[in-house]
Amino acid sequence: MDTYYKPEHLPKFGSIGEGAPELAKKFFDYYGAVFAEGALSEREKALIALAVAHAVQCPYCIDAYANESLAKGADLEQMTEAVHVACAIRGGASLVHGVQMLEHAHKVGM
Amino acid sequence: MDGLIHVTDPVAGVDLGSAEAGPKRATSLRSRRAPLAAPAAQLALLDALALEGGDFDAAVARVGHANGLRPAALEYFQINVGKLCNMTCRHCHVDAGPDRTAENMDRATVDACLAALDRTTAHTVDITGGAPELNPHFRYLVDQAVARGKHVIDRCNLTVLLLPRFHDLPRWFAERGVEVVCSLPHYRQRNTDAQRGDGTYEKSIRALRLLNEAGYGQGDPKRVLTLMANPAGAFLAGDQSKLEGDWKRGLERAHGVTFDRLFCLNNMPISRYLEWLVETDNLQAYMERLTHAFNPGAVDGVMCRNTVSVSWDGRLFDCDFNQMLDLEVSAPGSATVFDFDPEVFAARRIVTERHCFGCTAGAGSSCGGATS
Repeated sequence: MDTYYKPEHLPKFGSIGEGAPELAKKFFDYYGAVFAEGALSEREKALIALAVAHAVQCPYCIDAYANESLAKGADLEQMTEAVHVACAIRGGASLVHGVQMLEHAHKVGM
Repeated sequence: MDGLIHVTDPVAGVDLGSAEAGPKRATSLRSRRAPLAAPAAQLALLDALALEGGDFDAAVARVGHANGLRPAALEYFQINVGKLCNMTCRHCHVDAGPDRTAENMDRATVDACLAALDRTTAHTVDITGGAPELNPHFRYLVDQAVARGKHVIDRCNLTVLLLPRFHDLPRWFAERGVEVVCSLPHYRQRNTDAQRGDGTYEKSIRALRLLNEAGYGQGDPKRVLTLMANPAGAFLAGDQSKLEGDWKRGLERAHGVTFDRLFCLNNMPISRYLEWLVETDNLQAYMERLTHAFNPGAVDGVMCRNTVSVSWDGRLFDCDFNQMLDLEVSAPGSATVFDFDPEVFAARRIVTERHCFGCTAGAGSSCGGATS
């Protein structure tokens, strides 16, 4: 394998069903149901997916949900704010662990 | 040199090429003598793409139209009164602009349109352009259509309403019950100005306020204000039923502006939008997106089946897009408003090419919004 990430893998996502078709069907049915309009709009769900895509750093998902956010009526400002939400949570998740560090330092220090 | 084209509006003496008269995101292909200004060059470019499932006739044949698309009852008489415009949007399928002064419908052709209209079953006269309001016979045409009891639509770019000579137009429309269908690609500024030029959003909001003040956009069936959104980029139009709520909340919260309904329309891969697709290396992916999103449920409602499209010089087309590609109707002896024969016209086969995938993609796309 010359590289780990290939853009042409994204449209082939469905081929993952080859080894376990029933599990794939369950997953994709569930996936479709998750993104249908519900208490949250399709646009809001696309923006959440875009933020999560950045948190998990999935390049397939970033491409897919940048397109999807635009197609569901979001604009660049809304999409950038969503990415900042992911960024803030990732950064905050590191920083809040600092309280554990702080307590430990206080306990063992003088 | 500011790079703009300066053309004086013959009626009001306003320089339509100025930024004050209307935002300019691009210049016309025609003014640059760009190769894509020629419809044949556009068709050849689309035809040359390697595109799986890219045969439109085969696609519609598979879903019940084996003899090609055929007309249903004629409902919409759409008149494109000319290519003159105070704006030059990046995606314009007409290649309209302030330099397009030659292509403007004259009075004799307007009268021939009305005579042809009287021989049809159309309930709606849909007036488009360019900025149709700039045609010197625009108000005459509206009055004549209203006098015939037709529903009249003005396809308005909004910013034109701020020109001095149109200050009375919102109330003039309101008195006649004209539906105003306004172009606005997004309810926020960024995408709007990216497609239509800096300052468009701010001017559009001012124009929408004028329409609201004239009674438009408040649920009155005689004063219908419709917004028409094309995507600002190489993606498909969203679902108008789902986006309408976002738009209504967004415009009311930010500006106190209201409207009645939202239509979402895909961009057709022709004219200046086609040029943009080529320049940004999006053409192949966009055409694949359109063909992959072919929606059998959107085919029956495509506008070419219930519309006749008339050009500024009186020729007849299946739709405004075919008009811009110079694909005349396949109706021998009934190719213009001057020799219009309703029976020959109704028996025609609709002319299709690859751009037609734009109307059958996703929720479907037409001058009346989604078709499925």
